[in-house]
Amino acid sequence: MDYFNTNIDQLHKDLSAGKLKSADLTADTFKQIADKDKTVKAFLALNEDDAAKTAAAIDAAGVDADKVLAGIPVGIKDNIVTDGLTTTAASKMLANFVPIYDATVVKKLKDAGMVIVGKLNMDEFAMGSSTENSAMQTTTNAWDKTKVPGGSSGGSAAAVAAGEIPAALGSDTGGSIRQPAAFNGIVGFKPTYGRVSRWGLIAFGSSLDAIGTLTRSVRDGAHLLNAIIGEDERDTTTVPRDPEDLGRNIGKGVKGMKIALPEEYLGKGVDPKVAAQIEKAAEQYKAMGATVETVSLPHTKYAVAAYYIIASSEASSNLQRFDGIRYGYRAKDVKNLTDVYVKSRSEGFGSEVKRRIMLGTYSLSAGMYDAHFRQAAKVRTLIARDFENVFKDYDLIMAPTTPTTAFKIGAKVTDPVTMYMNDILTIPVNLAGLPAASVNAGFVDGMPVGLQLIAKPFAEATIFQAAAAFEDANDYMQQIPGGQN
Amino acid sequence: MISKEEVAHVADLARLKFTDAELQTFTGQMDEIIGMVDQLAEVDTTDVPETTQNVLLENVMREDEATLVTPRDELMKNVPTEKDGLIQVPAIIDKEED
Repeated sequence: MDYFNTNIDQLHKDLSAGKLKSADLTADTFKQIADKDKTVKAFLALNEDDAAKTAAAIDAAGVDADKVLAGIPVGIKDNIVTDGLTTTAASKMLANFVPIYDATVVKKLKDAGMVIVGKLNMDEFAMGSSTENSAMQTTTNAWDKTKVPGGSSGGSAAAVAAGEIPAALGSDTGGSIRQPAAFNGIVGFKPTYGRVSRWGLIAFGSSLDAIGTLTRSVRDGAHLLNAIIGEDERDTTTVPRDPEDLGRNIGKGVKGMKIALPEEYLGKGVDPKVAAQIEKAAEQYKAMGATVETVSLPHTKYAVAAYYIIASSEASSNLQRFDGIRYGYRAKDVKNLTDVYVKSRSEGFGSEVKRRIMLGTYSLSAGMYDAHFRQAAKVRTLIARDFENVFKDYDLIMAPTTPTTAFKIGAKVTDPVTMYMNDILTIPVNLAGLPAASVNAGFVDGMPVGLQLIAKPFAEATIFQAAAAFEDANDYMQQIPGGQN
Repeated sequence: MISKEEVAHVADLARLKFTDAELQTFTGQMDEIIGMVDQLAEVDTTDVPETTQNVLLENVMREDEATLVTPRDELMKNVPTEKDGLIQVPAIIDKEED
């Protein structure tokens, strides 16, 4: 089975008609992984026996016509816990950790009949923009193995883009779904904060983290996101809402839609070739009947600074739990309890994680709190207000997802500030808690460019509507690494 | 400018320990990052409230019902060392310093 020539709707049609068996589809998925993952290196753990059993059970029961995801294989980012399947967050700290429960999103995918294939590489504890911070292995970009897959959901994006699996879950704290989706030419969707339960997601920045989807197509993304949304009594930040189909506006076109193009997202630091590709997309939207106008989000340039204080402060607090006592890495040759904490943490965490714990601890420390954390939290309000002002007059914001296409492995890893700037176009969305997606907007020098679509809270359906119109008007999503199509 | 001593103090608060060479590298990097985040000072935030959450947080109440807790054997699966059904840790009192 070649996942590039099909989509979840087609797989579902074949499965429910009995033309395709989930057992065969699952077995074929593991064959694809065995073949392609030698160079992509996206998977950290495989769930082969359990997946075969699940698929066989689904085949035996028959695939229900209205259970669109039943029998379809899916991969899970390794910071989302899976019962009985090793979950490491790509850290030495959790190298041997086997969860005893499923994250809510995993339970929901299992209830929908999906087959969990394995766990996908990432930056350690989701901290990074290239997946080079993984303590386990270096994943490569599906289009060019000398380049990074992006991060932190780099394994999820590369595995989908390379055709190893049809879909995956990722997490997005500052762009960690959208940026790797852009670098690999696929669809990445970060829902509104509070739309999807974070229970069972190994926390990074609790007020920013969102679980979302990585898929080959916009319609596939809607199917997968529909399956994981909803209030969860185990996560009190999930928002109660009536059930809805986020893909309900797909196919309706964009006639009359008002789209804003922020001038700050096409300015200094953005590769002119990337900007040109986004301007071309704007022209397409106009041709399809939408209005596209330039707007200003004046506090954009402060987003990265505010983000690193807020995210690192929350991370320093969340990562206190890794103390070597109840689970995770414990250092040897320790004399006393303090020694257990200090040595286990110093040996178990990688350098980027330590850097963020240090920045967070510093920002929250006596004498620094007002100048750092409080000021960042106020600037966050101004960034959110910028968006609110634009959404008074517009349905959607369009922008590049990233300032450049994927960069070379090793090019930025020793320079944290340069690496942090890579997320300047995705971070504001997390600070404001908005939904946003990245879709393939064509190519620059053979590498995919991401078009980012941002909407007001809980307006995911508008993003899917506009993303599907763009997808239908172009053949970018059909183009695949290696150019077999 | 952040000093090496300040970085060492923050490391102590965060329960991390660095070698002298690591401390040197971290101090340089921390200084650069703090330089980047210091630009927030130029934003006028007079009368601007802080945002720490994007959703309206309310107390959530439920009935106080007895439920089955996770069995101890399950919880012990990820414990590095255990003895007699208890989590085993080194002595809290450092005898070498007595």
